[in-house]
Amino acid sequence: MIELVAQTFVNGINIGALYGLVAVGLSLTFGVMKILNIAHGEFLMVGGYFGFWLFTLLGLDPLYGLPLVAVAVFLLGAGFYKLVFSGLARLHEETKVKNSLLVGFGLFLIFPQISRMLWTSDEQAITPAYSGGSFPILGVRCGYVPLCALVMAVVIILGLHLLLTKTYFGKSIRGTTENWKSAKLMGINVERTYLITFALGTALAGIAGVLVAMTQTISPDIGMSWTLKALIVVVLAGIGSVGGAFFAGIILGVVEAVSAIFIGPYTVALGLVIFLLILMFRPQGLFGKA
Amino acid sequence: MTTAKRLLINAGIIVLLILMPLIIKRSDIITWFYLTLLYIISSHSWNIIGGFAGQQNLGHAAFFGAGALAARYIWLHFGLPLPLALLGGAVVATAFAMIIGFPAFRLKGIYFVIGTLVLAEILRLVFDTILPRADVMPMSLLATYSLVSRYYVTLLFAVLTVGVVYWISRSRLGLGLMSLREDEEAAEASGVNTRKYKLVAFAVSTFIAGLAGGLYAYYGVAIKPGGVFEPVWTFDAVIIVFVGGVGTIVGPIIGSVFFVLLQQFLSVYLPGGIHVAVFGVLFIIVVLFLPGGLIELVTRLRGNFARGGQTN
Repeated sequence: MIELVAQTFVNGINIGALYGLVAVGLSLTFGVMKILNIAHGEFLMVGGYFGFWLFTLLGLDPLYGLPLVAVAVFLLGAGFYKLVFSGLARLHEETKVKNSLLVGFGLFLIFPQISRMLWTSDEQAITPAYSGGSFPILGVRCGYVPLCALVMAVVIILGLHLLLTKTYFGKSIRGTTENWKSAKLMGINVERTYLITFALGTALAGIAGVLVAMTQTISPDIGMSWTLKALIVVVLAGIGSVGGAFFAGIILGVVEAVSAIFIGPYTVALGLVIFLLILMFRPQGLFGKA
Repeated sequence: MTTAKRLLINAGIIVLLILMPLIIKRSDIITWFYLTLLYIISSHSWNIIGGFAGQQNLGHAAFFGAGALAARYIWLHFGLPLPLALLGGAVVATAFAMIIGFPAFRLKGIYFVIGTLVLAEILRLVFDTILPRADVMPMSLLATYSLVSRYYVTLLFAVLTVGVVYWISRSRLGLGLMSLREDEEAAEASGVNTRKYKLVAFAVSTFIAGLAGGLYAYYGVAIKPGGVFEPVWTFDAVIIVFVGGVGTIVGPIIGSVFFVLLQQFLSVYLPGGIHVAVFGVLFIIVVLFLPGGLIELVTRLRGNFARGGQTN
């Protein structure tokens, strides 16, 4: 019994770390530029397929492929920012959020169709030789790949945290978040900060995509469900908090894993119900200030 | 255009639509007309809350689906007459909207948008799990299935819907909705009870959405209970309203015609599903560069012609 509980927690933490990673990207773009990109999950899907390509076509180990995928999705994100989102940056805040939702929704219609053409609608997964392996700790089975994904996620979040708090660029991001007009007057290139932040957010989604493809499966239609997962986590954490988003992701993962024992297939809906309740009664999030 | 002339044109269109099935016997073309009318109802329903009131409801599928399922069960499984089933579906959708509506309007702006989006997803997941099998009409009904009667019922409700939206746009309610769309705080300050107005708009909008769902339940031979909550029902309506012209009467009608025509045209020449991507591109272009939709395009072009005529 203890083992079942422990196993459930380990599984929950593993998947929760992925939720956190996806959510951090979304939280970053929304926090900094007030653009809510509901196509965030689509970039995850694309990242997963890029990793899948590198693995099947070039035989590249997905973990070595990860930086390549990150760069590729970064560039893709930057391209889409330039193409469709940059026009919104100057709008009044509320209009900007609403229009960014609509634009993201347009992308959500486009991405799955194109990826269906490139990769068919079949479910795919990246399965290197070590993918099934696991080792026991105190009767709990720890898979190599989920553990690796967990470590990756933690490292990336820490890196992001350092980038935001310790570097000059991080300072310009935080400055722009607080007040882009003043930031601009202080000589910060706001447009470039937006571009890089957005691309960084999508790159995080892309990295998560590779990890998803390694631990679960990917298909052209997974985008929206991951966007929703990220939204739940972001709202749980309170918008704009990077560390909070990561922990909220882990909480969601564990809650889902535990509730799966009791309510089985309704688990997915449970996360969304929690989300609605939080929106209604604590819109500033669990970790946010009132 | 004078009122009399406009009335005459509208009456002419309606008469043509009534006569259409007598002249055209091809069932595929009647299906296109049916779909166009269904989209007019569904998109106009979205237009009330999303266009006039400016509250983008991305959970339209939740109310469409609630109406569809309720009407289907009342009609097929409880064996009650169709008008009762359609009414029942619409009432269920509205009741549902009111239950979540009171708390949902605590959500402002963006929270309302993502809240409604999530609501439809919850329903889809739940119904996909509870009722995974498609609901098929019994043989006795299939034997007497008539597309034309579906067409006429839908035509009736499409005309009524457009009438209701026209009336709203002229009424105090419509003015109130538009004022809160432009600036909620200013509207409140000038004495508009924004909460009440939003709630009324939401009620009317979801009632019509439920009705559209019911009409779809009456039309569909096999319906997957989770399928009526698919986000596509939201997205089609939103695209149509935006492409046609947000917050106008003619916009969603033009949008629906355009949508069905383009959909049929593209699905003939392009591999399956690509037309969705084309609509995605079109939608983004409209949101970014043509916020008034096709209506605005037409007015602009007409304006150019008129000016061109004067200078010559």
